[in-house]
Amino acid sequence: MESASSGADLQLDDVSKRFPGFTAIEELNLTVPAGSFFALLGPSGCGKTTTLRIVAGLETPTTGRVLIGKDDVTRTPSYRRPVNTVFQSYALFPHMTVLENVAFGLKRRGTKNAIARAHEALQMVELDHVAQRRPAQLSGGQQQRVALARAVVNRPALLLLDEPLGALDLKLRRQMQVELKDIQTDVGITFLHVTHDQEEAMTMADTIAVMNKGRIEQMGAPAELYELPRTAFVANFLGQSNLFAGPVLSAKGDTIVVDVAGRKIAVPRERAQRHAGDVTIGVRPEKLVLHTTEPAPAAGVNLLGPGRVHDVSFSGVSTQYLIAVPGVGTLTLFAQNLVSGPVVSDGAEVWLTWSVDHGFGVADEPAEALRFDPDDDTQAIAIAQRRRIEAELEEA
Amino acid sequence: MAFGMIGTSDAPAVADAAPGRRSPVALLLLLPGVAYLALFFVVPFVSLIVTSLKAPDPFGEIGRYVYAFRWENYVEVMTTYWPHIARSFGFAIAATIIALLIGYPIAYFIGVKLRRFPLLQALALVLVIAPFFISFLLRTFAWKQILADEGPVLGVLQSLTILPDDARLTGTAGAVIFGIAYNFIPFMTLPIYTSLERLDLRYLEAGGDLYASPATTFFKVTLPLSMPGVVSGTLLTFIPAAGDYINASSDFLGAPDTAMIGNVIEANFLRVENYPVAASLSIILMGAILLLVGLYIRRAGTKDLV
Repeated sequence: MESASSGADLQLDDVSKRFPGFTAIEELNLTVPAGSFFALLGPSGCGKTTTLRIVAGLETPTTGRVLIGKDDVTRTPSYRRPVNTVFQSYALFPHMTVLENVAFGLKRRGTKNAIARAHEALQMVELDHVAQRRPAQLSGGQQQRVALARAVVNRPALLLLDEPLGALDLKLRRQMQVELKDIQTDVGITFLHVTHDQEEAMTMADTIAVMNKGRIEQMGAPAELYELPRTAFVANFLGQSNLFAGPVLSAKGDTIVVDVAGRKIAVPRERAQRHAGDVTIGVRPEKLVLHTTEPAPAAGVNLLGPGRVHDVSFSGVSTQYLIAVPGVGTLTLFAQNLVSGPVVSDGAEVWLTWSVDHGFGVADEPAEALRFDPDDDTQAIAIAQRRRIEAELEEA
Repeated sequence: MAFGMIGTSDAPAVADAAPGRRSPVALLLLLPGVAYLALFFVVPFVSLIVTSLKAPDPFGEIGRYVYAFRWENYVEVMTTYWPHIARSFGFAIAATIIALLIGYPIAYFIGVKLRRFPLLQALALVLVIAPFFISFLLRTFAWKQILADEGPVLGVLQSLTILPDDARLTGTAGAVIFGIAYNFIPFMTLPIYTSLERLDLRYLEAGGDLYASPATTFFKVTLPLSMPGVVSGTLLTFIPAAGDYINASSDFLGAPDTAMIGNVIEANFLRVENYPVAASLSIILMGAILLLVGLYIRRAGTKDLV
């Protein structure tokens, strides 16, 4: 078995995985270039962990091929693949010391100086001083770093990360994100990171593939995905979006004009997926500008309103306004805290403008796009959970 | 499993959780247990030691002994019966190894492979303990019939010329070891099952991920993690097997030349009525088992019992 000192390409060709009763992955095609940090992002049950397990060799795909470098490894058992995994549960062997855990892979491959190299890997994660302890004697963050050292020390062609930061608290998670990114840059291994945390994916990955219901919705650099989501799911899962539906009035030149509740809203042609019929267009909440008087129409600016503010939440850096616009629905607006505190309060009448260049049009049928359930968003789940706990506390 | 806990000295968290409060209620609750042990273990044990040192009746009456301090009893029984002692431990070790080799795969199958089918798992466990529904003596006697000179097993082996025509199965060391192993397989299987049933299969996936073949993963991960069960199972098999006198008896699977120490003790207590010999042999057996088990636990059961 060759030890890859630098990363290798990973390629999935038409991979599907069917379990009795449901399909976890449908015809997945994916290429992860060597040396990149690739994130598979999606809600739980979207098939991202199954994809990772297929790459690791822990599941066999129903159809399709898995290639690492030039080798077809579809039928290769996990122990013969140049792949290592940092498991969500870490799966550190409880009967071995930290050092024995880290040296395990090296010893299986008969590497010389296994112990010395394990010590080096532990120094890299700054845990060499606990080398003789058992995993159970370490904190969650330390265990996570041992799991990382145990995988990285083998210099695999491909390192798989299965939501390894999920169990850590926020501060430790931020710290580990930075460390992981540094390690990836240092060792040049190809990283495939599975996560449901969009912020984690955005800050760490070179390329993100957003998965939903066993398919990849959109793939690209984090900024590209954020600025130009191609589906309603991506627009809402990766950050928040205001989506509107309406018929296309004209599609002349390099903009298309959509009728949204009587207002003419323009979207650049190359930023829209559909150019005729009923379409769904959107804009990010921080791109909206708030006005307390009706602004004069201007070229290159879209205008909506008047609407009424029905919720203001001030979070220090920014303020989130929820604005009900008749015929359109409730829009979200983030305003940076440029003046002191919120500029308007509940019930104020406001107008919204945004630059035409910031709009985007998604590929979904309008009826489907607006039916997206925001509960699928991890942030929304967290908020709902907190509300439930608060309600319980009040009752008690 | 009580035996599995031996040697887990590095578990301070549990000890710290219960600060040393000496409440009178706790002592009161201990009283029945202590009384029971005093009455049924300490008193007979002292009586056994006293008996083992007795001297024969000066008037030569058979079965009568007087109080003495005749330590020569121990030397005499050791010189006379050392082959039986050695044979006992040899048979017990062989039977324990066989029971382990048979019991471990059964336990693994039930505890790991049947984990996704709780109903089948429960059924398999019932099958493991099903032999207990029939008396130990009856089962051993049944084996005597099966392995007998006119029995089916010997007949088949002879007609296939695997065994010569004058070969026997009963009355051989092999039959005795087989019988002991057979009788103790459930005692071996159940503790190992308990360990394997709790085994987190993600460790096995991690083993495969770190280049360990299934066989290596078994010896480096599965087996060490199931050691508490293996230690319990081997002790539960070895200790009673070393003192067994049913399988080795001429009435069952043995012959006079396969007699174990248990048979000698039984004969001396019940037939020859040589109580000091029987008592000193019992104490030697007990001491030897304690010594072996102590060494075994030191070797196998300290650090690795997580």
